[in-house]
Amino acid sequence: MNSKIKKITARNMTGKEYFYGHKACAGCGGSVAVRLALKVLGDKTYSVLPAGCMSAVGFIFPQMAFNSNAIISTFPGTASMLSGVSVGAKALGLKDYFAVGFAGDGGTADIGLQALSGAIDRNDRILYICYDNEAYMNTGIQKSGLTPYGTRTTTTPAGKNLPGSITNKKNLFEIIAAHGIEYAATASVGYPEDYMRKVQKASLCKGTSFIHVYASCPTGWGTASDSAIELAKEVVDCGLWVQAEYEDGEFKLNKNPKEFASVKNYLKSQGRFKHLNDDDIELIIKSRDLKWEKIRKSWDI
Amino acid sequence: MSEEKHFISGNDAIAMGVRLSRPHVISAYPITPQTIVVERLSEMAEDGSLDAEFMHVESEHSAMSAAMGVSAVGARAFTATSSQGLLYMAEGLFYASGGRFPIVMMNGNRALALPWSIYGDQSDSLGLLNSGWIQVYVEDAQEALDMVIQAYKIAEHKKVLTPFMVNLDGFILTHTYELVSVPKQEIVDKFLPPFTTVNKMDFERPMNMGMSTSPKDNLEYKYQQHRAVMDSVQVIKDVDKEYEELFGRGYGGLIKSYRIEDAEAVLIVLGSITGTVKVVVDKMRADGHKVGVIKIRYMRPFPEEELLEECSHIKSIGVIDKNISFGYEGTVFTHVNSAIAKSGFSPFIMNFIAGLGGKDISKSHIEGMFMTLLEGDKKKNKVQFVGMGVQINE
Repeated sequence: MNSKIKKITARNMTGKEYFYGHKACAGCGGSVAVRLALKVLGDKTYSVLPAGCMSAVGFIFPQMAFNSNAIISTFPGTASMLSGVSVGAKALGLKDYFAVGFAGDGGTADIGLQALSGAIDRNDRILYICYDNEAYMNTGIQKSGLTPYGTRTTTTPAGKNLPGSITNKKNLFEIIAAHGIEYAATASVGYPEDYMRKVQKASLCKGTSFIHVYASCPTGWGTASDSAIELAKEVVDCGLWVQAEYEDGEFKLNKNPKEFASVKNYLKSQGRFKHLNDDDIELIIKSRDLKWEKIRKSWDI
Repeated sequence: MSEEKHFISGNDAIAMGVRLSRPHVISAYPITPQTIVVERLSEMAEDGSLDAEFMHVESEHSAMSAAMGVSAVGARAFTATSSQGLLYMAEGLFYASGGRFPIVMMNGNRALALPWSIYGDQSDSLGLLNSGWIQVYVEDAQEALDMVIQAYKIAEHKKVLTPFMVNLDGFILTHTYELVSVPKQEIVDKFLPPFTTVNKMDFERPMNMGMSTSPKDNLEYKYQQHRAVMDSVQVIKDVDKEYEELFGRGYGGLIKSYRIEDAEAVLIVLGSITGTVKVVVDKMRADGHKVGVIKIRYMRPFPEEELLEECSHIKSIGVIDKNISFGYEGTVFTHVNSAIAKSGFSPFIMNFIAGLGGKDISKSHIEGMFMTLLEGDKKKNKVQFVGMGVQINE
């Protein structure tokens, strides 16, 4: 980041709220991701949100929860409407504005992936933030393309025959990076300063940028409402979530723990993973280790 | 000040109309038979003759979604599509009208799969009459160009704020070359000032748009939307009149009649077939048959009042439908019948399903339709498929 630009931290961040009075569940990680990003981006921001948790809780007439410009897009259309907003403002000759999208995991990795790919291809000046709560939560906890292996959801029940979801998360970060995007990053609401740094960095890009942020969901995960931040730290510490950046065509690992915290503790503290036996957990650990082995071999650490 | 004349296709005419309307952003995806519009506009953006951003979207869904984003910041948006593409953006069509985004779109009327057919009929746009868009059907390339310019003026009118679809029959209009008079930019600028609206996201007064409603408020929103399309009737007439004063070409508002004053039988049609029907009318008139034709220009708002004013003396009315609502009848016929039923007069009525998937509608077909109407045989099936290549037993 340009050294002249003052880094936004918890100490100096604005006290102004841009997302409040909404109806999100207690302890919602997604709402933290929206709130913090808007504090970094400031007044001259357009937000685009598709049908999903954050639009469902933020735009119920007459209770409008965004204190800056915001609009709901169609479910598949976050990135395309976001592009239209940004390009429209450019065509009007506006200056110093910023357009940001907030979509969930299903809205990004499943139904919204095509429009997102198109936007990255055009390299429109937008920031797309995917808040990942690892299932379709707004409709009541159904499996998405970013639901991890072994998750109990309402469409991947855990029973005698299946351990919940039997597929792994799509590798969204690398899918996005494979477009040759100007800037992409992963983050977690458990590490807010790292997340805010990445939002600020993305806001200085000339083209498209993307942040994939882990956003805990107590309601959908069967955890206490005060557990969101703890879990969002733990997932990073146990190695199931990788904090990284992609810029100038290179992957960069932000955090390379010498030792991982316990995967079992992370999983067993959540209702959605309670049913997993030791073999399932072993499988999850193996898959984590394989991923880290590859990363440590080929990324800039 | 005389206008320049160009020998161009309907697609070229649309592109020229768009350039004259000074949109800020074009977001479009190619599809036969509309592709040339997208090509021309990208050329114009490249050579600088059109000062607009051209967005290469990856689908029609994104074309409409982007156009809504453009409109939501108060900029002027254009897109174009056809057939499968129109269906693919269907979610966006309803969204755009509900959001009151005055986007203008050209649609090249084309058949819908299956079976695949790239050729023309009007199943696509007529299947989406309920999407809340104003729909006009033009007769030739000149009307296509003129209607793009009128479309922005109507759509952006503060009483209307509704998206506008300009429909051209695929190939028959999109690909046929005609002599087209191209208005001067400075007069168009006078007619169509820059778009201003309060329905936009703004940094002076930030706005949350595209919100959710509870069951308590939804009906009221939908009523306002309906009211706006109903109110567009007068705006359409006023805009057409003003256009005629400035450019010397008017299209007569929502419908246009030809030789119906003393007619006994009239065909009601949309789009490019009008010209052929007029030729048949002239011939049959010369042979002593009292026939005429009414072109419906606007399907939304539907010109009920105008139609009834023109039709109430006519004994026999036929509707040519280049679409079929499977299991019932042609869509235009349903609309005409509803209007007639409300008026209380009861003419002999017939529906001619014709021209599906690009099938020719010949002069002899049209003459046959008029003869059927003049005979007035009430035992005949009211819905006739014209030009069927196989024998059918009904």
